[in-house]
Amino acid sequence: MDGITYQCLGLLQLKTTILAVKFNGGVIIGSDSRASMGESYVSSKTINKLIQVHDRIFCCIAGSLADAQAVTKMAKFQLSFHSIQMESPPLVKAAASIMRELCYNNKEELQAGFITAGWDRKKGPQIYVVSLGGMLLSQPFTIGGSGSTYIYGYVDAKFKPDMSLEEAIQFSTNALALAMGRDNVSGGVVHLVVITEAEVKHVVVPGNKLPKFHDE
Amino acid sequence: VLPLLSHCSLTMIAVQMKSHCEYDLSASTFSPDGRVFQVEYAMKAVENSSTAIGIRCKDGVVFGVEKLILSKLYEQGSNKRIFNIDRHVGMAVAGLLADARSLSEVSREEASNFRSNYGHDIPLKHLADRVAMYVHAYTLYSAVRPFGCSFILGSYDEDDGPQLYMVDPSGISYGYWGCAIGKAKQAAKTEIEKLQVGVNILYIHIDIYIVHDEVKDKAFELELSWVGEVTKGRHELVPKDIKEEAEKYAKESLEEEDDSDEDNM
Repeated sequence: MDGITYQCLGLLQLKTTILAVKFNGGVIIGSDSRASMGESYVSSKTINKLIQVHDRIFCCIAGSLADAQAVTKMAKFQLSFHSIQMESPPLVKAAASIMRELCYNNKEELQAGFITAGWDRKKGPQIYVVSLGGMLLSQPFTIGGSGSTYIYGYVDAKFKPDMSLEEAIQFSTNALALAMGRDNVSGGVVHLVVITEAEVKHVVVPGNKLPKFHDE
Repeated sequence: VLPLLSHCSLTMIAVQMKSHCEYDLSASTFSPDGRVFQVEYAMKAVENSSTAIGIRCKDGVVFGVEKLILSKLYEQGSNKRIFNIDRHVGMAVAGLLADARSLSEVSREEASNFRSNYGHDIPLKHLADRVAMYVHAYTLYSAVRPFGCSFILGSYDEDDGPQLYMVDPSGISYGYWGCAIGKAKQAAKTEIEKLQVGVNILYIHIDIYIVHDEVKDKAFELELSWVGEVTKGRHELVPKDIKEEAEKYAKESLEEEDDSDEDNM
């Protein structure tokens, strides 16, 4: 094996761009679709980083893909069991707490961070960030992954509380497009999931339909 | 477990019903008519204790416990029979107090673990089911005895409203609008049934005073607690001034009732 391939057999990283934003009546959770190995090899152009852990609760993942899949699989199982015991759909906070317990108690071994977002009957739309070491934080919008560093200015300037659905979709698409435009390990298509009380809608914006900005 | 004939002859003298013989020695044995006597005996232990009442009102839950004072040397307020399980849950007990204390610890751990895992207050139905499962486990084996206490759990939540559940030594939990456990539970239940939905704590006092008189014990101390909109969802002992006002009202109502022939509720 030559040197480059040996390096690439290391962690399959999701250096990525993920975001979640609350709008009037729901949340949008979104991500790019690139998975990379090492600095220059794109191992997948169409990976799905938006994992459904319950009917109205989604997680998006950043960091080691293997760790993230293991944690979300475990969380999905625990959440489903919890929801059946409670005889009602789980709270978004409960889902985020389960992920947090898993991340915190296994912090030595794991290298994955999550954004958990969804809708529940009690508090409506919510977004929780579960970071690498197991911190849990609730926010009105949040961005994550390596591509997020390029769009902090944009989201800080453009976010408004209580946006309409159309405004929120435009906001998310623009943010992801800008990040993907500058970050070499983010790219592909934009995956968005819109979660409201009534339904869960998956929106895909392919690369050639992304908004264009002056830098291009 | 083979029945011991010598033991059986002794119990035949002591026990009235012959069918109890051989089948009541352990919780792991059914009687021929399908009863587990050990569990029934545990429920008798509850019936020997003084009364505890819980009422689910439209904006909260109230507990009242009649604590019989067996000695003038008892410190007032000791031997509490109402426990805080979590900020929003209260538990009133009747039966063997030591068993009840142990179960309150179990409930506390259950509520605390839930909060630690899921990040929010435990729903009362779930807590009642979990503790009932624990109580039930002790009715399955001959190596342990069933818990000799019943308890009433109550909570208030903005979204789910007031909730009241009762767990008995057999390990079942029921939701109630109003329930009573202990010596005078039948009389208390009759009084509670007369109440309309949506009352407040004054009526708990009247109930306890009425059923206490019927039992004809000497002095008693009343322990009152509530959880509801008025306490913002926290379970607390009723403040002294409100308690005294309610006690006064109860005593006056009882005197009126004694004087008049008809029932003034």
